[in-house]
Amino acid sequence: MNIFVCVKQVPDTETKVTPTADGSFIETASIKWIMNPYDEFAVEQALLVKAANPAANVTVVRVGSEKDTEALRTAMAMGTDEAILVESVDNLDSYSIAKALKGAIEKSGKTADLILTGKQAIDDDCLQVPQILAEMMKLPSVSVIVGFELAGTTVKVKREVEGGALEVYEVNGPVVLAANKGLNTPRYASLPGIMKAKKKPLAKFSLGDVGVTDGDRRVKYSGFKLPPEKPAGKKYDAMDAAKQTEVVSQVVGLLRTEAKVL
Amino acid sequence: MANVLVFTELHDGHVKPVTLEILGKLAGQSADVAVIGDIGADQIATLAKFGAQNVHKLKGANLDKYSPEGYANALAEFIKSKSYDYVFGGATSLGKDLLPRLATKFDAGLASDVVNFTMDGGTFAGTRPLFAGKCLAKVELTGPKPHFVSIRPNALGMTENPTAGAGAAADVAANAGEIRAAIKEIIKAASTKVDLTEANIIVSGGRAMKNAENFKILDDMANVIGATVGASRAAVDSGFAPHAMQVGQTGKTVAPSLYIACGISGAIQHLAGMRTSKVIVAINTDPDAPIFTKADYGIVGDLFQIVPIMTEEFKKLLGK
Repeated sequence: MNIFVCVKQVPDTETKVTPTADGSFIETASIKWIMNPYDEFAVEQALLVKAANPAANVTVVRVGSEKDTEALRTAMAMGTDEAILVESVDNLDSYSIAKALKGAIEKSGKTADLILTGKQAIDDDCLQVPQILAEMMKLPSVSVIVGFELAGTTVKVKREVEGGALEVYEVNGPVVLAANKGLNTPRYASLPGIMKAKKKPLAKFSLGDVGVTDGDRRVKYSGFKLPPEKPAGKKYDAMDAAKQTEVVSQVVGLLRTEAKVL
Repeated sequence: MANVLVFTELHDGHVKPVTLEILGKLAGQSADVAVIGDIGADQIATLAKFGAQNVHKLKGANLDKYSPEGYANALAEFIKSKSYDYVFGGATSLGKDLLPRLATKFDAGLASDVVNFTMDGGTFAGTRPLFAGKCLAKVELTGPKPHFVSIRPNALGMTENPTAGAGAAADVAANAGEIRAAIKEIIKAASTKVDLTEANIIVSGGRAMKNAENFKILDDMANVIGATVGASRAAVDSGFAPHAMQVGQTGKTVAPSLYIACGISGAIQHLAGMRTSKVIVAINTDPDAPIFTKADYGIVGDLFQIVPIMTEEFKKLLGK
């Protein structure tokens, strides 16, 4: 059984984002990079399947710049068997990334029985790659999954939709699944795991190796800028119990008369 | 002028509000609507009021409930029979799942979660947030047509676009094709409230809520003003609320008319997820909490005292 986990490396959630002077992207020099948080659930799910099927092989694949391989090292320290890095710039669009992932999976020589990803990367927030990859590979897909049960070749997954309702899907055979928070509790990499990860195979491909060219770009970004800052609002002190009703009454009144939202 | 198709999903027989937002914004283009299944005359009239020229009702076997493959196959076949320059849809749970797959059937690009756009000369140029709203960028599409766009609910606003001859509806025979991933059952959530991403008013609780039971005071307020209750990552990670309620970079990005933050300090990843709310009210005991830098109305006080008073004031204001 071959499991592929597609991960992305993204700026830490506490990162302050600064657009470059020409607005072509953001400043990346001083960013702390982490594995995309949703991808951790995908890695963990692959490792849970491997625990139940010891012969399974888990390959983690990432498309991105080589300057830091934090995400791949983390995944291998958690327990995945091997890794593939497709070297590219950090701001590729979803279509190109999906095509590169497909190319890398094919180039590995292994036939994918299960492909796991996070439901979205928290940098460009496109929520596209898992579904594009599935369509390109002619596979079914289920996104935003919070439940996973594998019985033989049938996988039963729960997909979270609006208002927390769950759609229960049953799928046979190879499928692309995109993980949401709540699917499992990702393990921490152990010290022995971190040491072992250094000896695990890491294959490197260029975009050209996996059949991706500049002509594959479908979405063009420009003019990166910070959102407009709101002017400072009104602030009221209501720590003193005697003032609370007056303050709250005033604010509620302003929501109607000034802000006009009620 | 561009030929545009707007895909609408139905919720309890009603078109999603985001469909009307899109149609209104497409004034000046030629816009049709596609829906899977049946749709009432009143809904067609509403679509017409917002400028939908033709309403195509796609009907066929195995399309009674959503499946990524069935919907994508049926819509792709229909779109191929026409000559649309653009296909728009809402960035809802269903839209986010369906549209990337549908676009790839045309080897086409999708600009997702767009919050504003222009169609100058019939060409789309949009704005979308990245890094959970920490920055904005201009987004354009290139490559094979049609080009696909998904629009974030509540972002464009409602603008009616009455157009002569609008609202001609017809059935289209549709083919779901092979469906490998199919819904076996749907487990309804306890909540019947509007989802956070589509809510007009949100009341959110943070770590200062102390426990799950205390969220009841937020529910009480939410019931009075018709709000949906959310939570910060700190509250979710502490087990006070499920992840479905989380607002922020690893939860939901929201843009309601009114956001009331109760006991939320305002971590950067939370602010990123709610900063585009039109009006923000913050209640926090710490006068230096970052949330106050984004609040239109900040109340420095204990939420356990302030929230019940506010609920009563809302009742008075709304005559409840």
